[in-house]
Amino acid sequence: MDWQALWLSLQLAGWTVALLLPVSVFGGRALAFAQFHGKGVVEALVTLPLVLPPTVLGFYLLVGMGANSPLGQVWTAMFGQGLVFSFAGLVAASVLVNLPFAIQPAQRAFEAVPPALREAAACSGLSPLQALWRVDLPLAWPGVMTAMVLTFAHTLGEFGVVLMVGGSIPGETKTIAIAIYDRVQAFDDRSAGTMSLVLLTISVSTILATFALSQRMRRGHRQRRG
Amino acid sequence: MRLTLTLRAKSPIPLDLSITVGPGEVLALVGPSGAGKSTILRTIAGLWRPTDARVTVGDTLWQDSATGVFLPTHQRAVGMVFQSYALFPHLDALGNVMLPMGHLPKSERAQAARGLLDRVGLEDLAGRFPADLSGGQQQRVAMARALARDPQVLLLDEPFSAVDRPMREGLYDMLQGLRGSLAMPTVLVTHDIDEAQRLADRMVVIEAGHAVSSGTAAEVLCDPRALRTLGLREAGSMVAAVVEGDEPDGLSRLRCAGGAVFVPRVVDPVGTRLRLRIPAHDVMIALAPPQGLSALNVLPVVVRAVVPGEGPGVMVRLALGEEEILARITQRSATALGLVPGLGCYAILKSMAVARDQLRR
Repeated sequence: MDWQALWLSLQLAGWTVALLLPVSVFGGRALAFAQFHGKGVVEALVTLPLVLPPTVLGFYLLVGMGANSPLGQVWTAMFGQGLVFSFAGLVAASVLVNLPFAIQPAQRAFEAVPPALREAAACSGLSPLQALWRVDLPLAWPGVMTAMVLTFAHTLGEFGVVLMVGGSIPGETKTIAIAIYDRVQAFDDRSAGTMSLVLLTISVSTILATFALSQRMRRGHRQRRG
Repeated sequence: MRLTLTLRAKSPIPLDLSITVGPGEVLALVGPSGAGKSTILRTIAGLWRPTDARVTVGDTLWQDSATGVFLPTHQRAVGMVFQSYALFPHLDALGNVMLPMGHLPKSERAQAARGLLDRVGLEDLAGRFPADLSGGQQQRVAMARALARDPQVLLLDEPFSAVDRPMREGLYDMLQGLRGSLAMPTVLVTHDIDEAQRLADRMVVIEAGHAVSSGTAAEVLCDPRALRTLGLREAGSMVAAVVEGDEPDGLSRLRCAGGAVFVPRVVDPVGTRLRLRIPAHDVMIALAPPQGLSALNVLPVVVRAVVPGEGPGVMVRLALGEEEILARITQRSATALGLVPGLGCYAILKSMAVARDQLRR
């Protein structure tokens, strides 16, 4: 059992969720309500990581973040080490790969808020930001939570992109999914089995916890002032 | 605080009109659906931005296309009741009413909101969520929420259309009860003439984005231009009457400008002022007091004008003392009778309805 890999995966998933939460809320809401030219293109780009093979995505990220790329050079100048084959690079890649998981459920949830409610919020004197906080978000929250759970679970299991961008450096880029593959390649079925079971347990309990939480939130709304 | 609106637009509906509503006044916008009534309200609220509009409230300019002034909705002190109520489903009644109270200190909001719920008759249901309230109750919460912001303009967008008739009576009474304390101009959008007659001081008839007729209820309903939009069936007049007493045969005797009229027993005590609604198509005209006629109510009137309609009919405006009643007869009858302004004749009323005179305080 590779605890280091598990811890790395959890860290990666945590960072990805933390960075994508505002993207999910503001991006999802913007795509749900705003009308602008090129909205279809933006939506298509957000969906792209779902259909692109992870290796292809990983290849372009490798090129885009590599030592010879402008981004890679800026990063190296700022932090003294390259972006690829590092944990930071892994987080960057993970954020990009998870964009559809983070944005789409939130967008659907915001779209389900009736326009009249947003108009009522404006007529109640709430600024757009206050309306987001007091009306939109409480109603779209289950969607945002779903997005975050999907992002978390998907990051734990991401394999192709991680391998391409991160390689398999223990403690830096060797996530649990990579470790499982590693163990299988070495005919160490026992370790692979243990780690798979741990991953399965974490995934199942995350999803169960989310469901329970959203149920309680829905009931809590009804009881708060009772 | 006076509300003025000038509005011109080509799409989505062509609009070209201006309205003014005084402090404490209720103006009803009536007309068929699609005429642009709701768009007018949405313009006042800033929810829709037409190319050419000017909105002022008191001395404050809310919107002026000429100078590019446009206050976003949340900066306009409007109270709006939506057709669908649009209550916040995640907040209980009290929470819904407290949300617009950003202008009050936090500690005062709950009490102020309870006060408002009290005024709309919902003091006991403050903790209920919208899903657990009936349509009429939701409507009351929506009304309380609209007032919670201490608005300078109250906008009611078909507020009673989603409630069934018996429930509406209570809501009308509620609105009437609130009216005495409301100092702001109110704009009511409705397609229900009775509702407009009952609740509004003035009405404007909207047809395809234009104001085709405006004035008091009596003025508008006697206006053939309005009838083209509202439909002939709606044509009628309102005549003031006072309850004089009960007849032994189950009728009540009322006194109006032209004399006594009899209607099925009304419950109101002697001396109560009522309004009689007389449909124009239920008025016949005779040159002499008719003999051997089953109709009970015959009033002496004087022809004011004969207004040709668009078909074979004419609208005859008949002076009844200071008031006016409308008779819808055929052009052929008008010619045969020789109806000309100034001619004295008799109006035979085949039917009338009693409307409570609640607007006169």
